[in-house]
Amino acid sequence: MTIKTVINIRRVSQVLFFLIFFWLILKTNFEVNFNPDNLSEVILPYPVSIALEFSPLVALATLLANGTVFKGLLWSLVILIPTIFLGRFFCGWICPLGTLNHWLSAIRSERMKRKGKKRILSNKYKKYQRIKYYILLASLGAALLGTVQVGLFDPLSFLARSLGTVVLPTAHTAANAVLSSVKSIGWPPLMAGAQFIYDTISPLLLPFRQAHFHTILTISFLFIGALVMNRIYTRFWCRGICPLGAMLGIFSRFAIFGLEKNEERCDDCQLCQMHCQGADNPKVGEKWHQAECHLCLNCQSACPQSSLKFKFFPNQIETKTNPAGTPSVDISRRKVFLSVGSGLALYPLLRSGDDFEANANPLLIRPPGSVEEKDFLARCIRCGQCMRVCPNNALHPTFMESGLEGLWSPMLIPKIGYCEPTCTLCGQVCPTGAILELTQKVKVGDKDTPPNRIGTAFFDLGRCLPWAMAKPCIVCEEWCPTSPKAIYLKEETVLDSQGKEVVVKRPYIDPGLCTGCGACEYACPVMDQRAVYVTSVGESRSSKNQILLQRKGIKQKTADNN
Amino acid sequence: MDRRDFIKKTGKAVALATVTGGTGLLFHNRVKSDYEAIIPKTKNFEVPFDANLPGITLARNEDHLAALNGSLDAIGGIKRFIKPGERVTIKPNVGWDRVPEQAANTNPELVAEMVRLCLGAGAVEVIVTDVTCNDPRRCFLRSGIRKAAEEAGAKVILPGDDDFVKTDLGGELLTVWPVVKHFIDTDRLINMPIVKQHSLSSCTISMKNLYGILGGRRNQLHQQIDQSIVDLANFCRPTLTIVDATRVLLRGGPQGGSLADVAIENSVICSTDQVAADSRGAEFLGLSAQQVSHILLAEKSGLGAVDYRSIGYKEVV
Repeated sequence: MTIKTVINIRRVSQVLFFLIFFWLILKTNFEVNFNPDNLSEVILPYPVSIALEFSPLVALATLLANGTVFKGLLWSLVILIPTIFLGRFFCGWICPLGTLNHWLSAIRSERMKRKGKKRILSNKYKKYQRIKYYILLASLGAALLGTVQVGLFDPLSFLARSLGTVVLPTAHTAANAVLSSVKSIGWPPLMAGAQFIYDTISPLLLPFRQAHFHTILTISFLFIGALVMNRIYTRFWCRGICPLGAMLGIFSRFAIFGLEKNEERCDDCQLCQMHCQGADNPKVGEKWHQAECHLCLNCQSACPQSSLKFKFFPNQIETKTNPAGTPSVDISRRKVFLSVGSGLALYPLLRSGDDFEANANPLLIRPPGSVEEKDFLARCIRCGQCMRVCPNNALHPTFMESGLEGLWSPMLIPKIGYCEPTCTLCGQVCPTGAILELTQKVKVGDKDTPPNRIGTAFFDLGRCLPWAMAKPCIVCEEWCPTSPKAIYLKEETVLDSQGKEVVVKRPYIDPGLCTGCGACEYACPVMDQRAVYVTSVGESRSSKNQILLQRKGIKQKTADNN
Repeated sequence: MDRRDFIKKTGKAVALATVTGGTGLLFHNRVKSDYEAIIPKTKNFEVPFDANLPGITLARNEDHLAALNGSLDAIGGIKRFIKPGERVTIKPNVGWDRVPEQAANTNPELVAEMVRLCLGAGAVEVIVTDVTCNDPRRCFLRSGIRKAAEEAGAKVILPGDDDFVKTDLGGELLTVWPVVKHFIDTDRLINMPIVKQHSLSSCTISMKNLYGILGGRRNQLHQQIDQSIVDLANFCRPTLTIVDATRVLLRGGPQGGSLADVAIENSVICSTDQVAADSRGAEFLGLSAQQVSHILLAEKSGLGAVDYRSIGYKEVV
């Protein structure tokens, strides 16, 4: 097998894994034609969380933070163990974000117009590449004390979040906008053509309903920034930022696979340097950095003299003119301590503020089945899969609602969508157990076990029609899904503006029955700011954030005590 | 500068100035036309009155399909309502994310049987659709209606933005509202409600079920619930109303949830009169139509008879 063939296999592998990842994100969705066998326990047909479970970084950070490798995260060993022997093959062959960066780096840019030495120098190892180790060590330091921040930069979480909450929803909006503007032209063949294209792509790319997510601009800035940087430095993210790349770099310290340089053959053409993806200095005469190499094999392929060769147990003898490759990472011990130390310091900094518990935001309603906040922040990687799968568009990335610490973690916004009582999809897709998988029975509860509560509803009497406007309404009661209903009615005689007596039914809440699902808030006809709203108090996951002294199971009404 | 040069240079500037000024004038105070269709007429899908047949029938049978067929045969059979070549839309209640046993949605077996009967009578197309309250994917899935209707040969439509047309309902209260086009653009409409308790309108049976043809600000209809129900029933007059009283939701309506709130009645009502159907249906909830203001208002508006016996009532056991 020639090196050109191997390069082509690598390209196929990159395309394949990118498509698999993208497909898994697309399938994190309640599809219209989805036909499960069991209507009372709707389970997604594909194990979509696997898209996130291959990240050893997520596995390690959550292990440090909460002491367990959750369920499917054990899959990450499939990446980590071969890395120990081979090096960062994941970055060059598998990582979907790496592949995206690889493609974007190949687009013609200013960088490529540089000539000669300038161009070669621009692709050599640079000090900024150490940043990723600082990010890694700091986030592991923070995880050690119990706050998981790796999700912000872990490439799989980063890409899943960006695709799920930014790229796909904006593509949906764009498709709708194009379709409607073409239709407004009013020329039938054009309209039919546009509709045909729309109908063709929509089953694959567009979910049943257009999703509208909170704070997607902040998510998109980081994503667009990461992609645009490829124009300035090849694979800037992978070289300089990616903490997973850094982790795999550290784990390749004892790799038995590597680059062997033949000094005699090299005619110093520099082609290897030009095509290098990792900026790891493959050229004869330079010190090769194993921890930076993505194993893309471009250098070996580009070398016209066959002086570079990747092999097991490479011969890396140091000569005067050709330093041996280095397996160690280019950061000093002092920097290691400093990075871990700043990560450790991050924890008290984030937690001693008031966001965490002292003054927790009442609108921070976590998804059903979420573990308590302390544990939640030790698990959630902000991959956004729960938000994407939610059929009601109820779950959203937070901005500052859970403080800077919980940036982009999920919260429920009932005004946009409520939590469907019998739906358990968010727990099914959570890769880290921040949201536990509930069964429908556990979520809804019965006379012995209380339901899973995410909050409690409250009336804003000044905005409620029967309370303040002498008008009938009670849509909230109609929508209340608990049985018996947590919203109950009392007939009262009130005066309207003409002084006429009107009988209205006024709604009240029984906090013992309310699960905080938010259906009432969603359905309330006072559109801008609802007359009934949910806050997090009463959530099952918290022992402190409560109203009632005692919470019981559902009292079943029978025909005779009605 | 020669003349040729002058014309060339100023010509370009004049051309741009003309286009610029022209565009301004062309679009000045332009009112953008609304290109969505507005259909300003009442949709009447009724069949001619037949004095020899009862106006309302009820069949009771533990075999729900037999109940449906018994009731339907007594009122003239499917061929009275569906002619070969017609397109039919069936409007079950698929309002909520509930399973059939919870009696929040129409019995899927009855919907499927009705699809088969329509196709058997020569209908070219049978559409089953509804504007649900909860997420339509979950409602159509867990109600069992999508699967049952599709297997019976119907086209099940979960309404999306494209399915709505702005329509003038011509009501006293309801004027222009988005309506699912399949309820207008069809030859026959069969309303298939289920009998449920409702805290504001006392009961939700056939006329209240027509809320489900609407999109838009439905949650504001409660403010004048009786008139909005009557406006809808007046706009949209079904060929046949088939009331599912196989399971009846006595409490906790219209969503229910607890099986303790469900009464098994094993009954199916067929009627050509919506008001009579609701009047008889309400009795399953222990209500007299005299207690239900929207049924009374409907009769007052000339939509049908509260006294269902007056139009010929036949029970089949």
